[in-house]
Amino acid sequence: MNSDLRTPLARARGLGSARAGVHHWWAQRLTAIALIPLVVWFAISLVMMSGADYGAVRAWIGSPMVMVLLILTIAVGLHHGQLGLQVVIEDYVHGDGSKLALIVAVRFVAVLFGLAAIVAVLRIGFGS
Amino acid sequence: MSVANRPVHRPLSPHLQVYKWQLTSVMSILHRATGIALSVGALYLATWVIYAASNPTAYALFQSFNTSIVGRIVLGGWLFCAFYHLCNGIRHLFWDAGYGFELKDAYRSGWIVVAVSLIATVVSWIVGLRLV
Repeated sequence: MNSDLRTPLARARGLGSARAGVHHWWAQRLTAIALIPLVVWFAISLVMMSGADYGAVRAWIGSPMVMVLLILTIAVGLHHGQLGLQVVIEDYVHGDGSKLALIVAVRFVAVLFGLAAIVAVLRIGFGS
Repeated sequence: MSVANRPVHRPLSPHLQVYKWQLTSVMSILHRATGIALSVGALYLATWVIYAASNPTAYALFQSFNTSIVGRIVLGGWLFCAFYHLCNGIRHLFWDAGYGFELKDAYRSGWIVVAVSLIATVVSWIVGLRLV
């Protein structure tokens, strides 16, 4: 006898009442693991480059290895930040409208700054 | 109004003011606070890269703020948040995998996170200030 109140299909899909399953949880953990080496590298770079002049910082950003790591850090870091802020907003903002508006605003800002920074890295690397 | 519908004025849990401060809860709160600070700081760092792609004059203006006392505090503070959130994040990943839930272990891993993140922060500050 099946004591589960859900249908067998619902159980097989494993998506729960929010219809999203553990996707958000997994994405947060996956980006967290990816960020362990990226943040160590970025923190060391930040210390080394914090006083760099125009020429030095562009030469650093423009090298192929740094371009790849920097774009990864920007994309994965902002995605992780956006996922984390969503949880904070869901915990503390209780109005449905303001909750949705804040989550959408956070996503828009993250994508805007992320894309602008990635375009900046590519412009420095490929020179235009 | 019936008795059942009357508003409740008793303290409801979680009621932060009556709890005794302890390492584990303070670290949990700090994990969220540093996460929020890192997100805001990420926008500042993204702006730095955007300025590096613009002209030398605009970049020099941004860099003059970066190397000012306020700029140093912002970058130094961001580094502390990064090291703390990184170390405590690894602690969280161990919990997610099912390890370290005993009270003794939670305190031991907590103090390790505090020690490692403070040491990394101080080292990064000393190296960073020497390079400027």
